[in-house]
Amino acid sequence: MRQVALTVNGMRHELELEPRELLVYVLRDRLKLTGTNVGCDTSSCGACTVLVDGESVKSCTVLGVQADGAEITTIEGLAANGSLHPVQQAFHDHHALQCGYCTPGMVMAAVSLIEHGEATSEAAIREGLEGNLCRCTGYHNIVAAVQDAAGAMGRAR
Amino acid sequence: MSATTERPRLAVGRIGERLPREDAVPKVTGEFSYASDLSTPGMLWGDTLRSPHAHARVVSIDVTAALGLPGIHGALTHEDVPGKKLYGLEFADQPVLAIDRVRYVGEPVALVVAEHPEQARRALEAIVVEYEPLEPVVDMERALEQEPLHPDRPTMGHGYRDDRRPNVVRHLVIRHGDPDIAGDVVVTGTYELGIQDQAFLGPESGLAIPDGEGGVDIHVATQWLHVDRDQVAPCLDLRPEQVRLHLSGVGGSFGGREDLSMQIHSALLALHTGRPVKMVYDRAESFTGHVHRHPARIRCEHRATRDGRLTSVRMQILLDGGAYASSSTAVASNAASFGLGPYRVDNALIETTAVYTNNPPCGAMRGFGAVQTCFAAEAQMDQLAAELGLDPVELRLLNALEPGDSLPTGQVIEGSLPTREVIRRAAALPVPDQETLPRDPLRLPGGTGNTTTGEGIRRGVGFALGFKNICYSEGFDDFCAARVVLHADGSAVVHSAAAEVGQGVVGVMLQVARTELGTDEVTLAPHTTATVGSAGSTSASRMTWMAAGAVRDACRAALEERERRGGGEVDVERVHRHPRTTPLDPETGQITGERAHVALAVAAMRVVVEVDVELGLTRVVWVGTAQDVGKAVNPLALEGQIEGGTAQGLGLALMEEIVTRNGAIQNASFTDYLIPTALDMPPVEIELVEVPEPDAPYGVKGVGEPPTVVSTAAIVSAMRAATGRPLTRAPVRPDDICL
Repeated sequence: MRQVALTVNGMRHELELEPRELLVYVLRDRLKLTGTNVGCDTSSCGACTVLVDGESVKSCTVLGVQADGAEITTIEGLAANGSLHPVQQAFHDHHALQCGYCTPGMVMAAVSLIEHGEATSEAAIREGLEGNLCRCTGYHNIVAAVQDAAGAMGRAR
Repeated sequence: MSATTERPRLAVGRIGERLPREDAVPKVTGEFSYASDLSTPGMLWGDTLRSPHAHARVVSIDVTAALGLPGIHGALTHEDVPGKKLYGLEFADQPVLAIDRVRYVGEPVALVVAEHPEQARRALEAIVVEYEPLEPVVDMERALEQEPLHPDRPTMGHGYRDDRRPNVVRHLVIRHGDPDIAGDVVVTGTYELGIQDQAFLGPESGLAIPDGEGGVDIHVATQWLHVDRDQVAPCLDLRPEQVRLHLSGVGGSFGGREDLSMQIHSALLALHTGRPVKMVYDRAESFTGHVHRHPARIRCEHRATRDGRLTSVRMQILLDGGAYASSSTAVASNAASFGLGPYRVDNALIETTAVYTNNPPCGAMRGFGAVQTCFAAEAQMDQLAAELGLDPVELRLLNALEPGDSLPTGQVIEGSLPTREVIRRAAALPVPDQETLPRDPLRLPGGTGNTTTGEGIRRGVGFALGFKNICYSEGFDDFCAARVVLHADGSAVVHSAAAEVGQGVVGVMLQVARTELGTDEVTLAPHTTATVGSAGSTSASRMTWMAAGAVRDACRAALEERERRGGGEVDVERVHRHPRTTPLDPETGQITGERAHVALAVAAMRVVVEVDVELGLTRVVWVGTAQDVGKAVNPLALEGQIEGGTAQGLGLALMEEIVTRNGAIQNASFTDYLIPTALDMPPVEIELVEVPEPDAPYGVKGVGEPPTVVSTAAIVSAMRAATGRPLTRAPVRPDDICL
C-alpha cells in the first residue's frame, strides 16, 4: 500500500492505495464521486475524463499513485455556488446530451480544450473531442455547445 | 372553440416547444445515477463464468474450489435455479445458466458472489467445467442443413409457417400479385451486412436486493421493466408481485437492453446470500452480454418498365439470429414487410428466413430488420436508375408509396405517409460546393492520419429512402399504462414505467401532462413495476406515441374525476392501446385483418462523400434529410434523435462490424470495434415533415429509427457514385473502394 495525497475538487484526501488501483476507481469507489463514468476500460471512449493539474486525462488509464500530489477536478467540481459552469450550461441549453453517460467526460474534455485556447473553430473542437465517444447525439449539438461556451468564457475573461 | 382556450392558462413546456431535457441538469453535473453507480450497505459483487466454446456439450461443472476462496459467498449453476431453467423475450429457449450444452461463446455457465469484485473474478477461474466441443454452426446458409441446435424447435407452433428444415427460427413468405410478371429491364444483386453492436456507452449493470420476505427488488438499466419482471419471476419460482423492477439510470440502449442480461443472475445471488448483490459488465463482457443487429444476406431481383415503374420484385432474405431466438421472428417480419422500401410494387415474392447458429445471439437494434433490407432495396433502386438512365430521385418519386397504396402484405395504407414530400424536401436541400485543395488534412478522408494531400479524392452524391413501422405489430397485445395523481393544490404526479433510455420520453410525458392539466406543477414518480402497470417497451419507435396517449388519457380522466367529485385529490390509472393488428397469414404472408402494422414513418436522405480511392478511406462531407415525424413534440429532442440515428447508420456504412471466427467475437473492445467520433460526423441538415398520424395522440409518430434505417443506404449510395463500384456489403471495407 502507498500513502497518497490527492486534492479533488479543492478538497485534500490522504489515502492508502494499492499501486495497481486506477484513478477512476479511486474517485468512484473510495471518494464516491460517481459522476465520472467508465465506458470502455481501454481509454477509447473518454467517459472517465477528469482534469489532473488542469490537463484532461482519461482516468481509467492513470494509476491513483501517479496522481499523488495532484490537483484533480471532476464533473462534481465544476459548478460553483450552485450555478452551472458555462460548459455545463451550454450542454444543457443546446441539448448536447441524451443518455448523458458520456457527458461528464465530454464536459471535462471541453473545459480543458477551451481553457487551453484550442476551441477556436468547429474543426478544432471536433479534433479536440475526437477521443470522447458519444453514441446518442451524433456530436452536432456537443460541438455547438462547446463553441457557445468558448465564446461565453472568452467574454468573461 | 379550440381546446386550449378552455383551459385556465398555458403551462410552460407544452407539446411542440423546443425544450432542454428534463434531466439535463443532473446529467451535466454528474449527479444523475446510472445503474453502474448503484450502491447499498452490505452489498456483495456477482460475476459470471461464460463459455469459451461456440458449441459444446457440458460434461460437468465443479464449483468446489471456488467456494473455498476468500470472500466467496456462493457459486451457482443451473442446479441452483429454483424455477424455470429457460427464459427468453418471446420464446423461452435460453438457459438461465447452461445445462448440458453451450451454444455461443460467452453463454453464462455459472455465477459467483463475493465481498469484492476481484475476489469474484478469481473465483471464476477456480470453477472447473469439462466441455466436449462440438462442431459449431456458423454459416447461416449451411445452418439449414446442419444438426439442429434446438431440436425441440421452440419457435414453431406459434402461428408461423411450419418449416421442417433444421435451425429455422422463422420462415416467412410474402406472395403479392403475380411475381412472375415480366418487366422491360431486370436488375439483380446480392447484398450482405455484418453484425452491428448497439455500443451504448453505459455497460450493463444492476443491483438486486432481497426484501427479507422471499421476494427481491431489482434495480437495473432496461427498456421494459414489466417484461423483465415476467421473465425473471418464473425462473426464481416467485409470483410476479414478489419481483419488483426499478429503472436505474440508463446509459443508452438502442435495442440492446430489450433482452435480459444480469437480471435473473443478480436476483439468484441476492436470494442465495440474503444480501444485496451488484453486477457490472465491463466493455468486453458487454459485447457478449447483449444481442446484436442481425447480419444478413439478401438476394434481389427488381423488374421495371422502360419508363421506370416497378413491375415485380423478388427478395430472399437470410438473417443470422445466432444461438437463441430473442426477437428474431419479429425482425424477420419487419425485414420482409419493409423489404421493398416505400415503393408501390403490385407483384412481389419475399422469402425471409431467420436461423439459429452458434454465432452471437442477435435481436433488437434500432431499425429492427428494416435497416438490412433498406440497404439492399436502395442499392437495387440506384442500379435500376443507372440501367434506365433515369435520375435516382425521379425514379423514387415515380414509384413512391403513398396513402391508398398497399404494402406487399396487402395492407392498405390509411394513415399518414408523405413519401413524395420527404423525397422532394430532401432532394431540394442544397449540396455544399466541393472544397478546394490543398486543405486542412482534417477535412480529407483519413482525417487525423494526415497521410495524403488529397489527390485521390473522388466526390459522390447519393440518395436513399427508408421506412419502417411504428409500434408493435402482428397481433401483439400492446398497451401502455399511466397513472396521474392530482393533488388538491393543483399539482400533479405522473407514474409511468416508460423507460427513459436517453431518448427523452420523460420530457414527452411532462409536456403532455402540462398541456392537458394546464399547470407547470407536474413531476414524474420513479419508474417502477411497483406502482403502475406496464408501459410496454422503449422500442419500435413506439414510446412517444404510447406514453403520450396513456398520460393524456390519465390526465383527462383525472380532470373529469375531480370535476365529478367537486375537488380534492384524485388518483387514476389509464391504459392506452393503439389500433389492433393481426398476424400475417403463415402461408401467404398476407394480412388476416385490416393491418399487421399500426403505422409507418418514412425518411429520405441525401449524402455527399469524398472517397480517397488511393487510401480506401471515406469522409462523409454532408448529410441532408427529411423525415416524416407526424407531429414534433419537442423539435430540439427530435433533431437530436435524427443526428444520433444518422451517426449509427454512418457507423454501419463505414466502420462498425463485430468480427467473428468460429463464432467467437474477435473485437470486443472500443479499440477494435470502432464507432463514429466527432471527426467522422458531418453536419446534418434536417427538414421535419409534419403530417399528423390520424390514429395517434396529437398526431405523433416515433422518430428514433427512420434515420438509422436510411443513413447506411444513403451513405453507401454516395460511395457508389464516387467510386463506380457496386459496394454490396456493409460496412464497406477499404479494399472495396481502392481503385
